[in-house]
Amino acid sequence: MSRFWKQGEPQVWGTAAALTITLLMVVTLISVVMLNGLGFFWPSDTALVSLKDGTTLLGEITDKEKATATQGVKLQFKVGNRDLYGQDFRWVDKKDVKSLSYPDNAIVLERKENGNFYGFLKSLSLNGAQTPASADPWEQLLSQWKSVKQAQHNLDGLRDKMSDLNSAAENLRLKILKLSYRDKTTNQKEIETLSVQQEKLLTEFNTLLDKLNSATAEINQSTALFQDASGEEKEIALTDIVRAFRPNTMGFFAKSAFYAGKVKELLVGEPRESNTEGGLFPAIFGTVMMVLFMSIFSLPFGVIAAIYLREYAKEGLLVRIVRIAVNNLAGVPSIVYGVFGLGFFIYGIGSGIDQLFYPERLPTPTFGTGGILWASLTLALLTVPVVIVSTEEGLASVPKGLRQGSLSLGATKFQTLVKIVLPMATPGIMTGMILAMARAAGEVAPLMLVGVVKLAPALPIDGQFPFFHLDRKFMHLGFHIFDVGFQSPNVEAAKPMVFVTTLLLLAIVITASSTAIHLRNKMKKKYATKAF
Amino acid sequence: MPLRSPQNIADPVLEISDLNLFYGTSRALKDISLTIPRKQVTAFIGPSGCGKSTLLRCFNRMNDLLENVRIEGSIKLDNEEITAPDLDVIGLRRRVGMVFQQSNPFPKSIYENIIYGLRIAGIRDKAVLDETVERSLRGAAIWDEVKDRLHDSALGLSGGQAQRICIARAIAVNPEIILMDEPCSALDPIATAKIEELINELKEQYTVVIVTHNMQQAARVSDFTAFLYLGELIEFDVTKKVFTNPDKKHTEDYITGRFG
Repeated sequence: MSRFWKQGEPQVWGTAAALTITLLMVVTLISVVMLNGLGFFWPSDTALVSLKDGTTLLGEITDKEKATATQGVKLQFKVGNRDLYGQDFRWVDKKDVKSLSYPDNAIVLERKENGNFYGFLKSLSLNGAQTPASADPWEQLLSQWKSVKQAQHNLDGLRDKMSDLNSAAENLRLKILKLSYRDKTTNQKEIETLSVQQEKLLTEFNTLLDKLNSATAEINQSTALFQDASGEEKEIALTDIVRAFRPNTMGFFAKSAFYAGKVKELLVGEPRESNTEGGLFPAIFGTVMMVLFMSIFSLPFGVIAAIYLREYAKEGLLVRIVRIAVNNLAGVPSIVYGVFGLGFFIYGIGSGIDQLFYPERLPTPTFGTGGILWASLTLALLTVPVVIVSTEEGLASVPKGLRQGSLSLGATKFQTLVKIVLPMATPGIMTGMILAMARAAGEVAPLMLVGVVKLAPALPIDGQFPFFHLDRKFMHLGFHIFDVGFQSPNVEAAKPMVFVTTLLLLAIVITASSTAIHLRNKMKKKYATKAF
Repeated sequence: MPLRSPQNIADPVLEISDLNLFYGTSRALKDISLTIPRKQVTAFIGPSGCGKSTLLRCFNRMNDLLENVRIEGSIKLDNEEITAPDLDVIGLRRRVGMVFQQSNPFPKSIYENIIYGLRIAGIRDKAVLDETVERSLRGAAIWDEVKDRLHDSALGLSGGQAQRICIARAIAVNPEIILMDEPCSALDPIATAKIEELINELKEQYTVVIVTHNMQQAARVSDFTAFLYLGELIEFDVTKKVFTNPDKKHTEDYITGRFG
């Protein structure tokens, strides 16, 4: 036994146990998120339940729980129809259920507003006229819905035109504002011509708007009459329907196709219903963009600072102080960076830029408010210490012999640095990058102060000149999780979305990191050297 | 009186006189005066810490990389003073190449390793580069072994091959002098024999100064030998004389293995 202790066996077991526990925790975390997130889009069957008190309800079973009061089982139904019942979910004691069936004609509608509708189709009315009862109403609903969608789609061109007109008019307005701000009297003539142009654009816009409105009104006339489980009727415009399906009739493949459609919507679609439904594209885009911008700022600064510290600066009190400061910066709570970013970048630099370059727009701020530029800079500040530390380690790991070899061939210090040292330090620099990116992608608190919003109407990059709109606010997956999970009015309905968003954020971080790690390992292999 | 210049050194390339070197306050080289003959092999021998590597590194100013090093006295390369602080060190290092104890090929292809010195000097002409690679590799007696894999990484070579690549890299820039700091101490006997053979060929064109711990090696490859002890030059003469009939008792004791 004493030999067992002496040989250090317990320590080995202890470290192994620690590692196992850590791995288990990671696996558990990911599987919980995956279980909850991945199942969300799978269409579950819709049950028609008649209760002992005579009422009926229609919905999907979402949860089961032990009822403490009656010693039985409680079932949670998602009954939808928020506009009729006021809430989406209902708990029912299993004892109260008289019968439970899965009728084929139960319809689930995903709507633009008020969440899902669960019910039965009664009749269809096209442009105000009732359709003949002879045809199968479900088939008719689908074909009509398709044509309505097509009609809406046809209006997209009109909408694009209008948005172009609108931005042109806005640019003119700003130009006029600028001219009149500078000197109203001398620029009088130019202002007038511009005003005329603007006027013209606006009239054009208004005619298009009228056209759009009348077309939309016409499309909106197509409605369908539905009826919920208790027989209450509800008329729904076809344009309000995002998806209509009958889960009880769908086979495995139909459900898979449905699932794929939902995933696609998630990745490329816009959010709906205060972010609890629909896609996450703006948030994904914002997160990736912000991390990229952050890397563009923090990587060069970090690397250059590290090169100076390690290669050029003379070891002394000052360098030691700088090192300590850098290491401490990495430990500062991130919200502090947020406050700093708000105070320094936004109120300081941003307002300065506004006063210098956009005085005519004041008091409406351009750069003097949160935006992706300031958010990226704030996070760059937060991650620069990580880059510095790991770059320094990378530089220190380059064998002295190689530097001397290069110098002995007549290379200058700078040539040695660029040709030999930096390439060999790249794996270290990449490590810093990976850590910085993972940290930036997951950071939420400081972003809330410097430019992340719940819903950004426009992406930071689009087709309108100058294409990069660094002053724009943006959406971010991390903030999305916080917002949907804790700030939304309908937390229960938003829960699956929280898991899905978490999964997506994890996926982005893991993808980015593993790509970078793969690259780094490839490089490490290349530079593996015997010399020291 | 140690031989400062043996009578038969008609054509000196390096003239060192009254050289003192200090690491901070400790004096590592003491009043060294020595003449290195052109196109001959000169060996520095002596026990560890006697200052032979330090002396060698004075010739291409590699000691500049260390802090707190101070040099007094004079070293003349072709009658030009090279200890001056404003000297063009880059130019000096092109004239005085160096091979280190540990082979240190760069993590690049063999080809890129050889032309490194030319590249940093700004030479881009492909014909010149190709010609240099072949000449240097032939000069370092390794052309036949690597000619088919010039663009493979130099890190895949064996220790002896890597050391010869480093020698080829040094001669690619056409130096006058090649300094070798214990070039064989990390090699097996066969690789060592190859390098020694190579040193013999090199002296046709270059002056070679070699630091070695191995007295047999000094006897085999060098024409002149300097024995240093505790930073002092004890004896400097034709190798044959140093090994058969040294002037100093001290030298004899060291060579016969009575100490050190």
